[in-house]
Amino acid sequence: MGEPVHDECWEAVHRLYHFLDGELTSEKRVEISQHLDSCHPCLEAFDFEADLRHMLAAKCRDHVPESLRDRVAWALRHEQEADPHR
Amino acid sequence: MADQATFADQAMEFMPALYTAALRMTRNAAEAEDLVQETYLKAYRAFHTFQEGTNLKAWLYKILTNTFINAYRSRRRRPEQTEIEDVEDLYLYRRLGGLEGATAGRSAEEEVLDHFTDSDVKEALESLPETFRMAVLLADVEGFSYREIADIMEIPIGTVMSRLHRGRRALQKALLEFGMERGLVGDRD
Repeated sequence: MGEPVHDECWEAVHRLYHFLDGELTSEKRVEISQHLDSCHPCLEAFDFEADLRHMLAAKCRDHVPESLRDRVAWALRHEQEADPHR
Repeated sequence: MADQATFADQAMEFMPALYTAALRMTRNAAEAEDLVQETYLKAYRAFHTFQEGTNLKAWLYKILTNTFINAYRSRRRRPEQTEIEDVEDLYLYRRLGGLEGATAGRSAEEEVLDHFTDSDVKEALESLPETFRMAVLLADVEGFSYREIADIMEIPIGTVMSRLHRGRRALQKALLEFGMERGLVGDRD
């Protein structure tokens, strides 16, 4: 297999983030999709990057402490009472 | 123009996302809580300027980001690092041997991702210089568009793209280092 060497591969990898971010024109998007349909190494690389993105979003979450919810709710109520006409 | 009485009903659901972002930005639980509270108070006070029907989550993030930059960042002694070592495209994938033995189905490279823990991923993200960290967080964790990130961070869209591009690759480098430290990724043989 080895490195992507074709111009099309280079073009696809170059636009990988824009593709995954959904920030390509539909024309470019179709072009890249067609390349991925026919180029297995590029498809694998794109899949990996998409998986990495999912992992990042899934593993970067934090549980909000109950005390913080209470604090914010209290602060907002206090603010409202301090100036109910604002 | 938004009605302040409906603020809590509309805004509270975004607290987990805002708290996560605050933690990544401040890297400190107590500061993150203060930052979230301050964000909600400022947002409440300014809610009459919010255009009903536009993206409330993005609006809250903008307040969070501004508050962080103005209040928390200035407390730091270290100057903001704006340069990072650049690495090539597909950095992590290449290091895991991806381009060499592409096989059908879910690959060994993708399996490695499953072994990273939440704290590996959080620490890797937190290791990035702030400007890059914020861009990556907004795009990859929160799914904001380039245009939304440009609005939130008040930077041109071209700057968003370059920070994302470089930040993402730097994140891959940090992840690889964690993977090697934890023995998830060996020398390739």
